[in-house]
Amino acid sequence: MPSSLTEFLRNFLLLPPEGSTFSVSADRLHFVVILTTFAGSFGVFLTAAIFIIRYRQRDPDQTTVHVPPSRLLEAAYIVLPLTLFVIWFFIGFRQYVYTETPPPGAMDVYVTAKQWMWKFTYPGGPNSINTLRLPVGRPVRLLLTSRDVIHSLFVPELRLKQDVLPGRYTQTWFTLRMPGRWRILCTEYCGLLHSEMRGELVALDPAEYEAWLANQRQDLNAQRDASASGPEQQAHPAPSLAEQGERIAVAQGCLACHSVDGSRHIGPTWLGLYMSRVPLEAGAFAIADEAYLTESIMEPDKKIVAHFQPLMPSYRGRIGAAEVAAIVEYIKSLRTDEVVPGSGQEPPHAPLTP
Amino acid sequence: MRPSPLDEEARARPNVELARWPDVHYLNHETSVRSWLFTHDHKRIGVMYLATVGVFFILGGIYALLIRIQLLSPESRFVSPLAYNRLFTLHGVTMVWLFMIPAIPSGLGNFLYPLMIGAKDVAMPRLNLLSLWIFWAGALLTVIGMLWGGADTGWTFYTPYSTTTSTAIVPVLLGVFVIGLSTIATGLNFVVTVHTMRTPGLGWMRLPLFLWAIYGTALIQLLATPVLGLTVLLVSIEHFAGIGIFDPALGGDPILFQHLFWFYSHPAVYIMVLPAMGVISEVVCAFSRKNVAGYRLIVISTVGIAGVGFFTWGHHMFTSGQSIPASGAFGILSMFVGIFTAIKVFTWTYTMYRGAISLRAPMIYLFGFLFLLVFGGMTGIALATTSLDLHWQDTYFVVAHFHYIMVGSVMLAFLAGLHYWWPKLFGKTYFERPATSAAAVVGFGFIATFTPQFYLGNMGMPRRYAFYPPEFQWLNVASTGGATILAIGILIATVNLLVSLRYGAIAGDNPWGSGGFEWMGTTSPPAPHNFTAPPQFPAQPHDYSVAPRRTLPRASPP
Repeated sequence: MPSSLTEFLRNFLLLPPEGSTFSVSADRLHFVVILTTFAGSFGVFLTAAIFIIRYRQRDPDQTTVHVPPSRLLEAAYIVLPLTLFVIWFFIGFRQYVYTETPPPGAMDVYVTAKQWMWKFTYPGGPNSINTLRLPVGRPVRLLLTSRDVIHSLFVPELRLKQDVLPGRYTQTWFTLRMPGRWRILCTEYCGLLHSEMRGELVALDPAEYEAWLANQRQDLNAQRDASASGPEQQAHPAPSLAEQGERIAVAQGCLACHSVDGSRHIGPTWLGLYMSRVPLEAGAFAIADEAYLTESIMEPDKKIVAHFQPLMPSYRGRIGAAEVAAIVEYIKSLRTDEVVPGSGQEPPHAPLTP
Repeated sequence: MRPSPLDEEARARPNVELARWPDVHYLNHETSVRSWLFTHDHKRIGVMYLATVGVFFILGGIYALLIRIQLLSPESRFVSPLAYNRLFTLHGVTMVWLFMIPAIPSGLGNFLYPLMIGAKDVAMPRLNLLSLWIFWAGALLTVIGMLWGGADTGWTFYTPYSTTTSTAIVPVLLGVFVIGLSTIATGLNFVVTVHTMRTPGLGWMRLPLFLWAIYGTALIQLLATPVLGLTVLLVSIEHFAGIGIFDPALGGDPILFQHLFWFYSHPAVYIMVLPAMGVISEVVCAFSRKNVAGYRLIVISTVGIAGVGFFTWGHHMFTSGQSIPASGAFGILSMFVGIFTAIKVFTWTYTMYRGAISLRAPMIYLFGFLFLLVFGGMTGIALATTSLDLHWQDTYFVVAHFHYIMVGSVMLAFLAGLHYWWPKLFGKTYFERPATSAAAVVGFGFIATFTPQFYLGNMGMPRRYAFYPPEFQWLNVASTGGATILAIGILIATVNLLVSLRYGAIAGDNPWGSGGFEWMGTTSPPAPHNFTAPPQFPAQPHDYSVAPRRTLPRASPP
């Protein structure tokens, strides 16, 4: 489709600007499907209108000939729309699989929703309430969880939304294609101020984003310096999410059973655990992604790793969503550079980065 | 209808006679209140259902207008946010369970079912009466629960919000549970009736298509409604006793509710829409004076919708975090349901080909219905296209889509059917000119109300918003304007029908000269036990190769 035509259709359908790479391809399919819808409904309506005029009643007792059903016509009724629907389905499903599968190496941001606000946590440091700043041109993965009821994060310009569930992580990803300031809306009804649960996505040029991030870290340091309890802490940089996770893991006693150096203890080691293929009892396997790790903290008995005892208590209600995110981020930071036979999760070649 | 006594025309045509008013009929053979409340007559039960759902339809419409007033401005203080949340819950619950689900099957269906198969009554008349009483009890419980407790969860009752809300939700849930019992009883009655009560010689492939639609609906009611009952009980238990089923803070699963709810509620869409399609199959034949083009295909698509409709519920959950393969399976199955609807639309249109079409009020409703069904249906296909749903899910696009396909088609088909069968129900003809104007106003008003909402969804306005960003205002104002037109149309239609009960012309047994079975062998209004002798139906319903018997309406009794 030429861009002038797509621009015209986008304006005609009142669609917002195309803020992500996904939104461009989704809109192409949108145009085809909706134009066909217009054609189909007006086509049927006009055909009926023509029949009304052409075959209007001339006598209240008029008789009509018995028209037998035509096999060819009936086959056409079925085959033509079905072909169209199935083609749409496959194009749409391919796009869906694409947008539901984050690429490796995407930048992670944790999203915590609660009635009625959004909290965004960057692995490198700052938190922010209701404002999500992201760089243009870099794949971003959002890892979302809720502290109370179900919410849903929606940015119309991205053509994306993802439900945010309590007690679980869900994820979505996108790559921004232009700077802008767009609304974040909650689209799952969540109570009294559901319609006020709004945030803002600020898409920044990469350089601007880096400047903002550096500035935030400096501010964090300054804050910490101002409230520092002792001079020895001043030398440390601001704690990253992983560092916070380490402290929480110590405080909660996680490390009493889980080692971080690969040795076997009461529970499985955390070294190299993230995204590894974990053998479960009864021969099943699980991929240790964010969802699995969260579940194992909240409901440890659900998926017991093979050859370990179900001894761990549930941490549901004992630690909050932010703490879980920090622990998960800590586990993610514990990577092993050794070649692990059969792990197969790493790409065969490390990506080339300047 | 021309109320002039055209005796000459009646003499000149062998199949035409002047309308007669039967001395004894189901309305006058007993008149006490007790005789109505304890009747076993399917016709009286049908009429009482119609009156009940009519009241709830008007109430649900008033709630809708209040919602539209609130949405006239972005930060409107017409009602508080809590009142607004209760209001759309009230609107949804009323329209879904108190109007759309019972309207056509329990109202028109009850009345017409035995007439169409040539039976004296349904198979289990006492159960039929019990189902009405249960419906009243459930409706009372729901309405009282809504007005006193004020559930604010939306009609979908999503957990864990619904199990943690401070508003009283249990009475409403129990009301829905009780209404479900009534639905099951009615469905069971219809299934047994069509299997056992057909007049001798009336085979399955001769049944009127309305009956097939009601039969398909009854099967869904029997299979799906128990799941709804179970689900609302589980929610009540969690809300009341704090036992963890859905709330992860109590060890429950937050997504389980959505699976259970949509396992019922998606088939429930077909509980509402299939009977509407049945009405349209009758109306298009009667007013085109044509046999249906493809009886077998309509039957197959009816059964197909009833069957495949059970396996598409996950298309409500593409953004919920369900697995990718599950979304794929539900997506493609949804496409197949779409095909069955497309088959029906094409068949109805082809039925008009070489017919003799008269543009009376039911036919105008039918034209509105066709547009809404095709546009609403194809936007459903668009929503089932998984990647597009990510933008539209839970926005006004979805609201507009289901109002088009579910509400619009049920409302217009219900009004079409009510006008078409009004002479059979009460023996009087409505006034044609106000009825046709009302039909046009209703169709236009409906499209004017919900078309802006499609655009709002494209712009990204989420549903269930008491306040909204200012850029959405102009379309909301347009939608409220459309709703006003719609309300005026419904008011005209209602007043016309009610006035005709007293002042309408006497219709006679078959004022349309219709070839539908329900117009043959009974008087209008029908006798207390319908038939004096087993009726002789023609080979097929709606055969117009010979003009059926027709009565000429007349102004006053002879």
